[in-house]
Amino acid sequence: MTQMRYVDGLRRAIELEMERDQRVIVLGEDVGVGGPFGITVGLLERFGERRVINTPISEDSIMGLATGAALAGKRPIIEIMFVDFITLAMSQLVNHTAKLRFMSGGQLSVPLVIRVQQGAGGGWGAHHSQSLEAWFHHVPGLKVVAPSNAADALGLLRAAIRDDDPVLFIEHRGLHFRRDEVSDPDAIPALGTAKILRGGKDLTIITYSKAVWDALAAADELAARDLSAEVIDLRSLSPLDMDTVLGSVRRTSRALIVHEAVRQGGLGAEIAAHIQETAFDWLDAPMHRVGAPFAPVPASPVLEQAFVPDTRTIVAAVEQMLGLAPASSTEDPLERRRA
Amino acid sequence: MTEMTFAQALALGLTECLDADPRVTLINSSYGGLTSYRTTFNVLREKYADRITDTPISELGYCGIAVGAAMTGLRPIVALSTAAFSFEAWPQIVNEAAVACYGSAGQVTAPVVFHMLAGIRGAGAVQHSHAPQAMFCNAPGLQVVAPGSPADARGLMRTVALRSNNPTIFIDHQRLQGIKGEVDETAPPIPLGVAEVKRQGTDATIVAVSIMVPRALEAAQILAQQGISAEVVDPRTLVPLDKTTILKSVAKTGRAVVCDESQLTCGVAAELAAIIAEEGFHTLKAPIRRVGIPNVPIPYHQAEEEFITPTADKIVAAVKAVCGR
Amino acid sequence: MTQPHSYSVEAKRKFLEQMLTIRRAEEQVIHFATDHEDLIRGHFHVYIGQEASGVGACAALGPDDYVFTTHRNHGHVIARGGELGPVLAEIIGRTTGYNKGRGGTFHVIAPHLGILQTSGVVGGCVPLAAGAAFSIKKRGTRQVSLVFFGDGVLEEGAFYEAVNLASLWKLPVVFVCENNDVARERRKGGASPSDSLAARQLTDISNAFSVPSVTADGADMLAMAAAMGDAVSKVRGGAGPVFVESRITRWPGNAGTFPALLGGDYRLDWALAPSSGPKELQDWLQHSDPVALFVRTLVANGAMSKADVEAMDARIRKAVAEAASFALASPAPKAECALEHIFAA
Repeated sequence: MTQMRYVDGLRRAIELEMERDQRVIVLGEDVGVGGPFGITVGLLERFGERRVINTPISEDSIMGLATGAALAGKRPIIEIMFVDFITLAMSQLVNHTAKLRFMSGGQLSVPLVIRVQQGAGGGWGAHHSQSLEAWFHHVPGLKVVAPSNAADALGLLRAAIRDDDPVLFIEHRGLHFRRDEVSDPDAIPALGTAKILRGGKDLTIITYSKAVWDALAAADELAARDLSAEVIDLRSLSPLDMDTVLGSVRRTSRALIVHEAVRQGGLGAEIAAHIQETAFDWLDAPMHRVGAPFAPVPASPVLEQAFVPDTRTIVAAVEQMLGLAPASSTEDPLERRRA
Repeated sequence: MTEMTFAQALALGLTECLDADPRVTLINSSYGGLTSYRTTFNVLREKYADRITDTPISELGYCGIAVGAAMTGLRPIVALSTAAFSFEAWPQIVNEAAVACYGSAGQVTAPVVFHMLAGIRGAGAVQHSHAPQAMFCNAPGLQVVAPGSPADARGLMRTVALRSNNPTIFIDHQRLQGIKGEVDETAPPIPLGVAEVKRQGTDATIVAVSIMVPRALEAAQILAQQGISAEVVDPRTLVPLDKTTILKSVAKTGRAVVCDESQLTCGVAAELAAIIAEEGFHTLKAPIRRVGIPNVPIPYHQAEEEFITPTADKIVAAVKAVCGR
Repeated sequence: MTQPHSYSVEAKRKFLEQMLTIRRAEEQVIHFATDHEDLIRGHFHVYIGQEASGVGACAALGPDDYVFTTHRNHGHVIARGGELGPVLAEIIGRTTGYNKGRGGTFHVIAPHLGILQTSGVVGGCVPLAAGAAFSIKKRGTRQVSLVFFGDGVLEEGAFYEAVNLASLWKLPVVFVCENNDVARERRKGGASPSDSLAARQLTDISNAFSVPSVTADGADMLAMAAAMGDAVSKVRGGAGPVFVESRITRWPGNAGTFPALLGGDYRLDWALAPSSGPKELQDWLQHSDPVALFVRTLVANGAMSKADVEAMDARIRKAVAEAASFALASPAPKAECALEHIFAA
């Protein structure tokens, strides 16, 4: 049993795969000096300039170049410093990277991993704090992964690097320094598999990335009130493991979807739509979605804290779903907008 | 009241905007795309050549210029042509235009309209058949309108170009260009956030967006002949969205089919279905069905392309399914 | 291209005052980050060492001109006339800030000063500034649109598109590139290679788009004022865009990920006698600090005495301290304000 930090899991995954496969290369802004969050520290010294490449601030070209390199035999891992900057590479990503296998009738493969660092909580403001996975969930040809803990950071990143299709790998900045037990450091889970982190019978909470921890804390609070919440960590956002989700909903009959990203048009919409299509008769109550309000991310600490859904928001949403009196007496006008 | 094509109605709306406000300025004028209806828009150049700026192939550059111009007193309407090209300009639309008002606490506004032709146009293949509306709906600060009839095209353009102070995505579709409809020239501009019931019915609600509006109406005709009375609700504007009209209709019929020509996974239909499932749950007699494009890029060959296109007959099948038929 | 300019004593005093105000305000911002827990939670960027560039540019502008800038905006906002209280309050996210706290350090927007956007996305502002110039031209006014950006922007596609369009359409925009990692020997001109740009020097690129371009020493206050004055007046005259590269040698405190006050708060003694300064700063103080260079020139020419300079600095430090207290005492926004101003009414 090892304890590991999330950032160490990421770094270890890259190191192991670079050792194993000479075709794996790393590109990005400042990756040679470790990147802004230190994840690529030491790689340049270990693997050299031919495999760890610092790029100028040119996201569109980095994406295009890496796509081209992937077509021509490499297995690139690129780092987009803040997911907000992926907007600069949208055309390459959506029009080329994601589509080449399809366009070529299956002849071409793009084994590219796009690591992005996302999420609010640092007071960085609207251009450095977004959560954009819904856009990419909507783009066929792209896989999307969002680990919530160090073990998955390690295992799923290795899986992503070994995958022959482009994978958008979402690392929440707020998770970087969390430590987790890693029971099997060599495990490489399959992409597209969710995990039930906590069993329960009264409702199912479906979530991913940093929100997982708020959901587990909420489940603890609810347990003290004799409510048993099952918490599912999706881990992969595309493809989604709807079998695990539906299996759970059929057992609990109630579904709450939680994510930090904006609620409107977020992943929760797809999950809710899908659940009611397939498991409609099992639902005892309307589903709820918890997400950020329809607003850019504010910079001010007070506003940012109000903006991001947390344990309290989740508990309030459950209270609303189950028609319970609120445990806390403070009225948060934002909660209505988030759930 | 005049019958006119969607293209004619949009051209009329644009002309009225140029007439009404000298601040309105056109960046490119490729409204009709590759269709023969593109000549309908020649009237703009005949009357207002000096109000049209033709650009090089620099979507990021000219969309950014449009945003900056909107922040400083003009009301630009950008014709991006194929919606897939909006990806080139994504940072200016989503990271600049959308946040201008919020970031400045309301002091700066960006009244710019981005017009684009989305969706399956026929042989557009993988890179020219995009439907990005769902992604724009997920970006706070952008309004998204999607007219499905000539009157709505004209009425909505007049609103977003003349009255609204917010950046707007104007979703158009090549296959709408030739659709005919009645336009009341005396009608006022169409407000945002107001849906329209395009056809009354009692057995099922079809919520339809953009090109799916004429297809839904066609489906409703077919269903009527089979004894099913379908109500067609056209949201007209996706952001802001008129939930009330949609939920009222579903409360009446108890059955809903939601249609948008975009990939189903996390598409517009997903958000609409989720809203109905959350807020209209107790009125539903059956699960909501979504009609859209499967989660694939758009293939080139006609047979394959038709296979994945959400046409009227697919709407008919979905309605029959929710009606248990 | 630069005409000989002469500046009155009064004008020179004003320049120094603005430079010192920016310097002391940015020190205060660093103190906000280091002396208070969680006051500035994310990254922030300071303008120390670059003052001459912003002051020179803003001095050339008129009240109706537009200014666009980047995440490194504090110095530009102050040079343009931003008041210390609302600037510092915005940086720490309080309601009395220019954007009521929602922009923070990366986005101090002040529309009443013509500052309409400060983009956190590299390259974001350049097309916007060209757009404001487009609007000016369409409306037929004599305004100018000026955009500050770093050398990194020339790595982004948006720059090329915007410069090309501005040049083709003869838009009244002044492109001010603050190239802030230039070796001191290269500041006055000539090749300036970098390992992220294949051009021999930045102005080769703007020249390739037929945009008149000039390189100026960003540590030389009067040279910057002259270069910017010429650029703005040329653009205002309708000739089309102009590109100014302001070459700056980086302040050593900006070498790391976060700014650091090496040797503590700046001392005027260091300006007058660099050898009395901290070891890490001596070369910079001697050759590249715009404040030190200007102070030494003013004192040597008798335009100001050492006592004058010290008195000016003391007044400024007091004003900054008051503004900091104002900012710290200002209320944080109410949580539900997060939902306001998403759309204009």
